[in-house]
Amino acid sequence: MKHVSTQHQLYGWLLLLPATLFLLAFTYYPTLATLAKSFFSQGTAIRPAEFVGLENYTFMLEDDVFWRVAWNNVIYALFTIPISIALALMMAVWVNSRLKFKSLARMSFFLPTMLPMIAVANIWLFFYTPEIGLIDQVTSIFGAESQNWLGDPDTVLGCIIVITIWKEAGFFMIFYLAALQTLSPELEEAARLEGASRWYYFRRVMFPLLMPTTLFVLINAIINSFKLVDHLFILTKGGPDNASSLLLYYIYEVAFSFLDQAYASTLTVILLAILAIIAIGQFVFLDKKVHYQ
Amino acid sequence: MLKTLKRKAGSLALATTLGLGLATNASAVELTMYYPVAVGGPLTNIVDGLVDDFEEQNPDIKVNAIYAGNYNDARIKALAALKSGEPAQTSVMFSIDTYELIEQGAIVAFDDIVETKEEKEWLKSFYPALMENGQTQGKTWGIPFQRSTIVMYYNKDAFRAAGLDPETPPATWDELVAAGKKLTKDGQWGAMIPSTGYPYWMFGALSMQNDQVLMNSDGNETYFDAPATIEALEFWKDLGSKHGIMPEGTIEWGTLRQNFLEGKTAMMWHSTGNLSVVKKNAKFDFGVAMLPAQKRRGTPTGGGNFYIFEKTTAEERKATMKLIRFLTEPKRTAEWSMKTGYLATMPAAYETEEMKKYVADFPPAAVARDQLEFATAELSTYQNGRVRKLLDDAIQAALTGSKSPAEALEDAQKQADRLLKRYR
Amino acid sequence: MISIIKRQKISFSIESSAAYFLAFLWVLPLIYALWAAFHPAEYATRFELFAPLTLSNFATAWEQAPFARYFLNTFLLVTSILLVQFVLCTLAAYSFARFEFPGKSIAFGLVLIQLMIMPEVLIVENYTTMSNLGLVDSILAIGLPYMASAFGIFLLRQTFKTIPHELEDAAKIEGCSLWQILWKVYVPLARPTYVAFGLVSISYHWNNFLWPLVITNSVTTRPLTVGLAIFGAPESGVDWSIITAGTLLAVAPLLVAFLLFQRQFVQSFMHAGIK
Repeated sequence: MKHVSTQHQLYGWLLLLPATLFLLAFTYYPTLATLAKSFFSQGTAIRPAEFVGLENYTFMLEDDVFWRVAWNNVIYALFTIPISIALALMMAVWVNSRLKFKSLARMSFFLPTMLPMIAVANIWLFFYTPEIGLIDQVTSIFGAESQNWLGDPDTVLGCIIVITIWKEAGFFMIFYLAALQTLSPELEEAARLEGASRWYYFRRVMFPLLMPTTLFVLINAIINSFKLVDHLFILTKGGPDNASSLLLYYIYEVAFSFLDQAYASTLTVILLAILAIIAIGQFVFLDKKVHYQ
Repeated sequence: MLKTLKRKAGSLALATTLGLGLATNASAVELTMYYPVAVGGPLTNIVDGLVDDFEEQNPDIKVNAIYAGNYNDARIKALAALKSGEPAQTSVMFSIDTYELIEQGAIVAFDDIVETKEEKEWLKSFYPALMENGQTQGKTWGIPFQRSTIVMYYNKDAFRAAGLDPETPPATWDELVAAGKKLTKDGQWGAMIPSTGYPYWMFGALSMQNDQVLMNSDGNETYFDAPATIEALEFWKDLGSKHGIMPEGTIEWGTLRQNFLEGKTAMMWHSTGNLSVVKKNAKFDFGVAMLPAQKRRGTPTGGGNFYIFEKTTAEERKATMKLIRFLTEPKRTAEWSMKTGYLATMPAAYETEEMKKYVADFPPAAVARDQLEFATAELSTYQNGRVRKLLDDAIQAALTGSKSPAEALEDAQKQADRLLKRYR
Repeated sequence: MISIIKRQKISFSIESSAAYFLAFLWVLPLIYALWAAFHPAEYATRFELFAPLTLSNFATAWEQAPFARYFLNTFLLVTSILLVQFVLCTLAAYSFARFEFPGKSIAFGLVLIQLMIMPEVLIVENYTTMSNLGLVDSILAIGLPYMASAFGIFLLRQTFKTIPHELEDAAKIEGCSLWQILWKVYVPLARPTYVAFGLVSISYHWNNFLWPLVITNSVTTRPLTVGLAIFGAPESGVDWSIITAGTLLAVAPLLVAFLLFQRQFVQSFMHAGIK
């Protein structure tokens, strides 16, 4: 390797400069500013902001709504992540198989990715609406009672989860599809000749080979479970009684509806901390995986 | 200027204000105004039309009317514009935003702007119930514009089918329950009161009917745990759980109208702002009634007021006053009401020929006006967003059964006290 | 042996039915949107095979909201983001792929942080920044936080790394400058990656909602999603016929493009997924 000249180094940095400036202004600086702001009170025209130490954090610990949305977010993540990944994998396997109308199926699965969540939320609202909604119309054929899907705290979060899974699974399917197409078809042929069931092949051969993709999808699913709140704006506004509210939606509410940026920053710090923990976990976990390859 | 005066002879009242305008003739004034829309229909076109009329009459004033979404959006957007130094001289915002806007130092009181005796008279020309939300600290901060109340829509055909007199809708809580029981059958509920979107608003009606207001006029005290308030919530919950005339759980504000139009409920409580849409789409004979009474009749008012922002020059304030006065002239107020279903905000508007004729042809249009006599202010306090949400959550918690009404309201009161303590 | 084959056949047909059923469920919202949008309001929640068809919902929707302006805003937004992303990410990726300088791996790690801390999380603080810059309510402000895309940098870096050094050396011998090498060697060879990243970026920003909602105030800046949310807000009473018509109007360009080029679309997304 030749000696790296100063000019070369300089070019390296210069090329990086524009992107760095943007990241500084809109990722690193706001991250730090959020942290700083969480230690100040919310200033108004009458009362300027002042340093309050951990007051915002103690307020948060006593805030029932915070605990509720945090818990909801955990449930939301625990359901959306594994189910959408499992469905995605299943879809990919189907679309990659001898299915007759596989391009049609592939298109159907992928469709939600192209539709804005905010737009489809209104359609889902129709599905869930009691009495006149689609689900109730279908179930009433079988004599079932009308169910107030979005008005019942026991079902509302489930409804939100279903939409998220619908939105995500097809997107994740694509990544699996890409990975599946790199697997050689002889592998499956050989397994079949050995008399292995499809399930056995899937479990012992295919799934392990897809591990890197699963990890990649997993990260995306985790991020989405904290980021995807668009449908709440139309469907529930977090209600009833916060039963379907999520952390980011609550942050939005506090910041732009209650006009309390200080407390919104405090909540954002928590969200950032969660994401940081996941990021660290990812580096540790992924690093191990990389050695296998 | 003479030409315009000739053309619109009806607006002679403007002549006095025009005199003031002459001084500023040399440089045109530009006004930016944000406004929300929260009911169906092409309201933006109507507002644009009104603004065009105004500009024609006042060539030295230019108005940018910006449609900013729902009430919450409009407040956020207008405040944001002010903060970032963008121009905004006036806005139509939620009538209940008053305290918050005062706290932000964003608005001026109209008392500090009106000068002539005639202008002071104008301040008194609106329905007092509609002024309540805009008045505090002895001053008037908001002028009523797109205002509504809650009314009860009912399906006369369903009433007939159940053997009820379609011309005497329930006038008390007991009658509501009794009628509801007769009306409830397979595929049709007796009544629905929406409990998403604006549950605190609907609840304001119920508690008022039980002769209990939800807050004081200084906006720093709430009465969520008063016995009469708790009773009101218990009644609401009982409609579903005890009397079985309303579905249990929460009822969606946005889809309720559709439920009513589809005949899934025989009665619904909703904003008067829905009147024109219901009129257009109902395939059955429907009626509009005042809300029933327990100890008295009652409904909160709702909707948007005009505010004038603090960061305005004297010149801009004058121009803004012209605009607001133009838009609240009785004739124009009547026209606005007929096109939208909103209330006409002053008695004089109902005295205009057009409005008289309209009400005669379509009596439901007068129900909201007649009910104003019993109306009260909508829930409005300092920290309004938070306090409102506390009540919303309490109502939903009680209706969905996760807390008892008393428990939910006591919790809400405790937290509201914590928030409002520093404003006392 | 025969029974095994038979059993496999049966299980396969069960599986295919399951697959088709799932696919049906997945397009159901779109089917419903088409139904409600093309039928008069009284059929919005009622399904009769021979219900009359109408286009009036589209006319009403088009009249009730300035969709043409929203389209323009979204178009400006998506293209401006894409152009700046291409420039910024190309430069940064080139630097990471082919240059050695102190602090490089730390810098790369810092860039990757943005994969986790997306602009959505920082809406509160970024809003303050924009208002300090006087950019609230501008299309530029919607785009700025997304312009340095860690995803784009990462993707292009991976692609640039696979391009043989010899090509660059040959270009150098011919006397090409750094810019010429980048423009004539790297960019053309990475074309599929650009297409893939471009499609991901377009569909992401066409559909993005939260940040645009926060930062825009007026018709002249609002993208389609925000316009649609305001237009279809349940507060104003849900009228599904008109809302679905508006929805279809808003998604039509992307949807039609997707149906026409679905193969390339899916292929590109797959490409973006391959690391």
